[in-house]
Amino acid sequence: MTTPAANPAATSAGSTAPATSAASAASPDVTSSELLSAVAARELAGRRTVFAGIGLPTLAASLAHLTVAPGLEVVYESGVCGAHPSHLPETIADAVLITDAEAVIPMPTLFGSVLQGGHIDVGFLGAAQIDKWGNLNSSVIGDWHRPRARLPGSGGANEVMANAAEVFVVMRRHDPRSFTEKLDFCTSPGPDRALADGIRPLGAGVTRVITELGILAREGVGEELRLAALHPGVTAEDVRAATGWDLQVAGDLSVIEPPTESELALLREDVDPERVYLR
Amino acid sequence: MAVESAVTNGPADRTDRTDGTDGTRRGDSPADKTVTMREAVAAYVHDGDTVSLEGFTHLIPTAAGHEIIRQGRRDLTVVRMTADIVVDQMLAAGCVSRLVSSFVGNSSAGSLGELRRRVEHADPEPLAFEEYSHYGMICRYIAGAQRLPFYPLRSYGGSDLPGVNPALRKVTSPYPGPDGESEEIYVVPPVNPDVTFVHAQRADRSGNTQVWGLTGVQAEAVYAARKAVVVVEEVVEDEVVRSDPNRTLIPAHAVDAVVVCPRGAHPSFAQGYYDRDNAFYRSWSAISKDKERLTAWLAEWVHGTADHAEYVAKLGEEFWEGLAVGEAMSRPVNYGRRL
Repeated sequence: MTTPAANPAATSAGSTAPATSAASAASPDVTSSELLSAVAARELAGRRTVFAGIGLPTLAASLAHLTVAPGLEVVYESGVCGAHPSHLPETIADAVLITDAEAVIPMPTLFGSVLQGGHIDVGFLGAAQIDKWGNLNSSVIGDWHRPRARLPGSGGANEVMANAAEVFVVMRRHDPRSFTEKLDFCTSPGPDRALADGIRPLGAGVTRVITELGILAREGVGEELRLAALHPGVTAEDVRAATGWDLQVAGDLSVIEPPTESELALLREDVDPERVYLR
Repeated sequence: MAVESAVTNGPADRTDRTDGTDGTRRGDSPADKTVTMREAVAAYVHDGDTVSLEGFTHLIPTAAGHEIIRQGRRDLTVVRMTADIVVDQMLAAGCVSRLVSSFVGNSSAGSLGELRRRVEHADPEPLAFEEYSHYGMICRYIAGAQRLPFYPLRSYGGSDLPGVNPALRKVTSPYPGPDGESEEIYVVPPVNPDVTFVHAQRADRSGNTQVWGLTGVQAEAVYAARKAVVVVEEVVEDEVVRSDPNRTLIPAHAVDAVVVCPRGAHPSFAQGYYDRDNAFYRSWSAISKDKERLTAWLAEWVHGTADHAEYVAKLGEEFWEGLAVGEAMSRPVNYGRRL
């Protein structure tokens, strides 16, 4: 539930953002989910605890566990820690996450002591809109009082942003309506907005945004998201055209290695053999 | 949306819990608080009340929501962290004028058609929506349960939520921060529902309620309320509860009524009893998107059934076999006894 459904108002984004369709980066036999989860998994190297919803974040965390972060613990918003599911969970509260788990904790403990207590290294969030400071909107498209589209809202996203040491955002859609100069509503503010409101944030806010075009990154307070890496075949201009603000490009822009045979095999055979999320 | 209305429920008076005159006691001590769902809703839910239904994806008190619909309650304020299918159904049935929530979606399976019609188009009428984040809701229950005037949390700094919800306010900590400077922090007001419904695996007749798996915020929601109803898969003998007292999430003193209602959490699940009906979750977007189809669904499955037992029977044994779960028993612990 920290990964609200994509913006239902923006269903024709492909037609307004040619870069999106032009730049399906991976080779045709690698799906979007495989690409995004493989790249997100690599970014988890060295992290110990991740707060994740179901879907791409779970795939990424599971793959990281098998590759770059063997000690990684996934904490679910439902209160499950150290899950050992017999089947791929369909929701953050799937019964298979509870059976055989290392711990199941009440919500006041999870949100109060674990998350606000500073025990989460990386929180995964989704959003309908993101701006250059990594502020997120998962509440409404249009005016809050009479929205064009009512989205699920914060759930725990506001708390994940405020308290996780850093936040990774995986966006399936990279177009100017989702990557916007001005959010319709700020559900989950990064540290710069919090500071402007007189609140001292615990974490760095969004540090990675992973899309089919590349990776945007920022390190913390006072920094904008910059284009840090590109998928093969994508140009910086493609990404700038698909981004609704004047996107800065890192001097040391790198090219992302496509998902390896080994990563794909693990995703397809071990992590999600029934292809529940690997669409 | 005014904060006054967010805190209209003042400190709840719990002294009426133990006087034994509320009609729920039927036997000798310890009290037998078992009643039917029909009796519980008739006794504890009135037009205009603030009603909390809690259960975070697990153990959602759907059957309680359905009985509230059957009895035609109106003008309710519903308090629920994850306003999902049961809330959409109560909205469609015309029971709810105000919603207090931190997530308004059909899990990860899609949209709530009626909620979106109410919020986006005021169709058929506007819905007052008091919006929080999950931890904001949790802190409101904690403050309510502990009869505190407010509860602080490190959320909301820089968010647009306080701009649309004036109950989210900032205070200056009376203590210096770690750097010696003064510190500001957001607070939420308590919530004290007139009644809280929770679903659980089992309880004894006096209401000692045992829950395993995801326990969510149920205990706080019960203690925050003036009256509390626990709906259970089964009532067990006192000895069963007392063989494992740490499993008791909600002690009997906090419970006014116990309703036995097997499979009452469908389409959510009850750990160890039945699995989640994921197909129904996926179907809800299409059902609720079409107002006529939604009305027909309510007519058939809620108004068209006398009670939850009929709803369960109507789904059929074959259906329930599809949600059956196998055994994964915990190992008993030794509580010890004095030799």
